[in-house]
Amino acid sequence: MNAAIAPVRTMVVWCPDWPVVATAGFEEVSLDEPIAVIEKGLVYACSASARADGVRRGLRIREAQARSPRLLDFVHDPVRVNRAFEPFISALEEMSPHVQIVRAGSCALRARGPARYYGDEHAAALAFLERFAELGVTDARVGIADGMFAADQAARLPGVDLIRIVPENESPRFLAGLPLQLLDEDELTMLLWRLGIRTLGDFARLPADDVRTRFGEPGARAHARAGGLDGTQVTPRIPPEVRESVSDFEPPLDRIDQITFGIRAASDRFIDDLATAMFVCTALRVEITTERGEVRERSWLHPRWFGSSDVVDRVRWQLQGGSTIESALSSPVTRVRIVAETIDHSSHHETGLWGSGSDERIHHGLSRVQSIVGHEGVLTASIGGGRSPRERQLLIPWGDRVPEKAPRAPRPRGRQKASAAEQIAPWPGSLPPPLPTTVFEKPRPVVVLAADRDPVAVTERGDLSAPPVFFSENPSGQGLRPLEAWAGPWPVYERWWDSDKRRRLDRFQVVDADGMAWLLALEGQVWRAEARYD
Amino acid sequence: MERESTLHRLSGSIDLFEHMFEYEGMADAALTLSSPAPAGEEIRALQSRIQQMQATKLDTRSVRTHPALTGLLPGGSLRSGAAYSVERSTALVMALMAGPSSDGVWCGVVGMPDFGVEAAARFGIDLDRLALVPDPGDEWLTVTAAMADVVGVVVTRLPGRVSDSSIARLQARIRQRDATLIVLGDWPQSEATLRITESSWSGIGVGHGHLTARQAMVSVTARGGAGRPRRARLWLPDGDELFRPVLGTAASPVRALHEVVAG
Repeated sequence: MNAAIAPVRTMVVWCPDWPVVATAGFEEVSLDEPIAVIEKGLVYACSASARADGVRRGLRIREAQARSPRLLDFVHDPVRVNRAFEPFISALEEMSPHVQIVRAGSCALRARGPARYYGDEHAAALAFLERFAELGVTDARVGIADGMFAADQAARLPGVDLIRIVPENESPRFLAGLPLQLLDEDELTMLLWRLGIRTLGDFARLPADDVRTRFGEPGARAHARAGGLDGTQVTPRIPPEVRESVSDFEPPLDRIDQITFGIRAASDRFIDDLATAMFVCTALRVEITTERGEVRERSWLHPRWFGSSDVVDRVRWQLQGGSTIESALSSPVTRVRIVAETIDHSSHHETGLWGSGSDERIHHGLSRVQSIVGHEGVLTASIGGGRSPRERQLLIPWGDRVPEKAPRAPRPRGRQKASAAEQIAPWPGSLPPPLPTTVFEKPRPVVVLAADRDPVAVTERGDLSAPPVFFSENPSGQGLRPLEAWAGPWPVYERWWDSDKRRRLDRFQVVDADGMAWLLALEGQVWRAEARYD
Repeated sequence: MERESTLHRLSGSIDLFEHMFEYEGMADAALTLSSPAPAGEEIRALQSRIQQMQATKLDTRSVRTHPALTGLLPGGSLRSGAAYSVERSTALVMALMAGPSSDGVWCGVVGMPDFGVEAAARFGIDLDRLALVPDPGDEWLTVTAAMADVVGVVVTRLPGRVSDSSIARLQARIRQRDATLIVLGDWPQSEATLRITESSWSGIGVGHGHLTARQAMVSVTARGGAGRPRRARLWLPDGDELFRPVLGTAASPVRALHEVVAG
């Protein structure tokens, strides 16, 4: 983050020991008991009474049990802890929009809006605390300061005040007296400690350029935070309410056309809701629940964003799975749930005044073709890694993302690279240019004969049994004609480490009497044409 | 339908123009008509000429064409709204596609599961603007027509037998949408038919070397077999994976100049 950005007045609402409160809630134990939440054998959080016994965060579980013999320990379940915090965020969002979750138990928002609405910052903080108390958390705290770091520290500062407001432009002075460990950068703190720097104020007094030269970008960021120049903006979360659409069918439906008709209105509403909130959906997940209780789910991507008919199409394709629209499903469908996986601000996707129009046209056209031949029927191509021409071409359904790793060219473990890297990788043994213009989907069996009309073979040592003289593209040997030129064998021994996928073959290039050139492969006595240079 | 009738009116007016401007030619024809013997042939020639004119519209746009093919195609370039057929050679198809694709036009390849994508990329076809439908199944006509709606160049191969009415419908769609259709195989209403009559590979010997370049004699027959076929010897491709005409007896300075131009 750039330190030049002026810190924004920020408000942090913090529920102390939230993992403990949440865990106590669903384990149904009293908060007065000594409770510890354990992650990977270490204490992650503990209750006040456990703390009084000397239990601390980061303590080994044995040690903690030794200090507090009645300690109740629970494994930390981040999902449940986060979920338990959800009502609080919703409550905050009802009172003020644009809430950022810092972590479970703590959230940040810009102070300006609420302060105006409730009169001043103190009144706003009080209103939030009252709402939290209604929901059952009475010891929540609010810190208000310039910048998120300072506000967070203000909320966490020990003491009896539930609301702590650092006046404007006072953040550096407020932070100056605090210990260095609050930066949460262990290595840096350790080093600074050895250099005799004990407080954030000491650190902030160091010249910024020197800190950047010595400690790099992370050091510079920590320095900015220590000096109250934290440029971190409040990034509000996107409220989840508009993100899903559920259609229940009673009685369950077993025909695809009925189901697609049934979800049409729901998908209209789903897209409209997103549009009203100024969002577009670029990836979604469709979950189909059948009467037998099976859930079929799949994620769909969209090169631009989903319109409501696109959503219906995706559901139909998922139901269809290759069969035709009239065929009945194996089991009637009771529920279709559409969840937006990635949503984005619609302003990022507005059609420009010029340009971009033709791409949209292309997209509509190709989607139409997809609705005829299915999602996998329309492909875009890119070049991946591999040795055979077929292996190198990666065909991806229109709208899907290029896979990170070329799936058809597995590599030894630990050396997985992106397909772009594979393309750049040298691939010794791949074909020299020019490349064949026709690459057979499946290699076709052909006939290659020596002068005595015996099939040509390659010996163990890689020698030819006899030079090839005749060639026919028909496996029956029809249309046998002499070869004008040939080159090879070029041995390829691939994936020798994998007993199932290992391949050993010899490649040849031949030119027949018609002037047509072929790429042939001899694998275990069988000649196949892999490609043709036509 | 209204558009069709406009078309007819337009072609009618073209004929009128031809009569006006080729006054001399017509006089000659009238003269030859008086002698009975070569009359039939002359009429056929004129008819084929009219047919040729009818294939074009007044506002026919020419599409950017690969420089190696400009001298061969009728009119000196590919045209939008027209169909071209290529016999057997995918390299020639790619040469036809390379021009429009380098101009930012989208290409769609329908019903050709064996299309060599990497070679296409090397020969100047932009893969970011290429959509493939390898297996349209029974919906070949629908898919090809839908493709013609959005992409500028549609490449296809006929799936077995196709009825004349389907061909006419697709041709009408192509003309209406100003797309260019390239068919690998026979197409009755094609503007021109391209074929390779002989080809010789270099770089490969008997048991040594590898394929490096090919010289091919490309012959182009214009619509309805009118006129003599035009022929040219092309590198398809040359050692640098470029398509270009074979210039004389491979004089090296000329080749160097060409590389400068191509680069």
